[in-house]
Amino acid sequence: MDSSRRHPGIVAVAVVVLVAVLGFVSACSSSSSDSTQSAATGDGGIIAKAKTGKLIIGVKADQPGLSLLTPDGYEGYDINIAKIIAAGLGVRPEGIEWKTTVSINREPFIETGVVDLVVATYTINDARKKVVAFAGPYYTAGQDLLVRADSTITGPEDMAGLIACSVTGSASALRMQKDFPDVQLQLFDSYSKCVTALSGGVDAVTTDSIILAGYAAQPHNVGKFKLTGREFSREPYGIGLAKQDVAGCNRINEILVASAADGTYDAAFVESLGPSGLKPPVLDPAQLTNCPTS
Amino acid sequence: MDILSDSADMSAYVDGFMWVLRLTITSAIASFILGVILAGFRVSPIPVLRGIGFLWVSAFRNTPLTLIIFFCYFALYSTFGLKFSGNITINNFWLGVVGLSVYTASFVCEAIRSGINSVPVGQVEAARALGLTFMQVLRLVILPQAIRSTIGPMGSVLIALAKNTTIVGTIGVIEASSVMKGLINDHGDQVIPIFVLFAGTFAVVLIPTGYLFGWLSNRYEVKR
Repeated sequence: MDSSRRHPGIVAVAVVVLVAVLGFVSACSSSSSDSTQSAATGDGGIIAKAKTGKLIIGVKADQPGLSLLTPDGYEGYDINIAKIIAAGLGVRPEGIEWKTTVSINREPFIETGVVDLVVATYTINDARKKVVAFAGPYYTAGQDLLVRADSTITGPEDMAGLIACSVTGSASALRMQKDFPDVQLQLFDSYSKCVTALSGGVDAVTTDSIILAGYAAQPHNVGKFKLTGREFSREPYGIGLAKQDVAGCNRINEILVASAADGTYDAAFVESLGPSGLKPPVLDPAQLTNCPTS
Repeated sequence: MDILSDSADMSAYVDGFMWVLRLTITSAIASFILGVILAGFRVSPIPVLRGIGFLWVSAFRNTPLTLIIFFCYFALYSTFGLKFSGNITINNFWLGVVGLSVYTASFVCEAIRSGINSVPVGQVEAARALGLTFMQVLRLVILPQAIRSTIGPMGSVLIALAKNTTIVGTIGVIEASSVMKGLINDHGDQVIPIFVLFAGTFAVVLIPTGYLFGWLSNRYEVKR
């Protein structure tokens, strides 16, 4: 008591901080429960939402070739795939509202209904399947290394003591730390910084081959970098949607199969990632088994 | 808050704040020394030194710290090959210390200069009349009084520095804010508790720091 009388300021500050924090937490939790109730997809799921002629699709904004926000809008492979899905659901391109997501907020965006679909180099895995449903995969990437054109590195085994660059919190960074602890890891918040540092400072950039290929194919990078071409993981990319929307998930798989049959699936890749030198994927309907069964 | 029950998460949390602590202490020492020298430059009778002090403060105080830290990595290290250590984490740590120190030194310099201005000019004149050189006047008469009156502002600079260390996370030192991003990524359902934990840790350490400097500044104030 003595101390509180001598330092009324400290006590006052402590009370103010406590009240502010509690108020903030309760405000956040109440607002998030509100948005869950008014979730964009709601009970009707993606098919019902598409009938309104509008869809909100979460995509990345900083991956050349895959999904890049330019002054003319979003463009890239993921965008083309998203447009195929939207068209299959009866939504015109003008009816799509694009929303930028980053790796960290994809699950929360789906869970709280901020977006209806996520098409954002979204690797299907069991941990994520617990909270969202995945249609697809529409592409299977693998982790690879992007190195300088004159480099002799052919795989992560050659990199003991050297420096690989990846993005904080990414699956690629975690795999390097776990499987190749001898490799020093430089972490940035985006792959574009890694690619800048590849000119001097780091020896390789590592993430999914398709992302690296997009950077390597950028006009100002052509001829400076190369992929080792040896993928050391499998990353099947899916389309994320609300976990309870089984019908919507199956419908998207049907749309993918139809697009493979009529050639739009192939065209989506050639138009965006053709210059990278990667081969267009072949859709395997037997792999489209990720939708929840219940 | 079940994130703290996981020992790996817990040690990441501790490591994150240890990097904040190391960056803060090292940069505080370096920027204090640098700041005192710069303040000496700014009040010196030699125009060239005054110019250097002025340029330093104008350049670094008005540049976003993020840019300075990026410059340290992408220019000093990446382009010019400045290397402190073969270990990338230690190298990035020192690059961060360089960036934080040149930036914070400009604030330290200005705080001390304002302290110098609070020393009555009569004292300087008296010291000069006694035949002391500029260095002696600075060392024996001005700085001991000036630094006492800058304890309060110095506390603010130190608190700002401690928070600014999180920017070094952008060049790959896994300090507290990088750890926080990682934990949020792993526990997407606990975003707010994680945020409150990290913000709260800063508050719990820095609020008493503010009071300590307030107390010190009262204690050592030159009563006039």
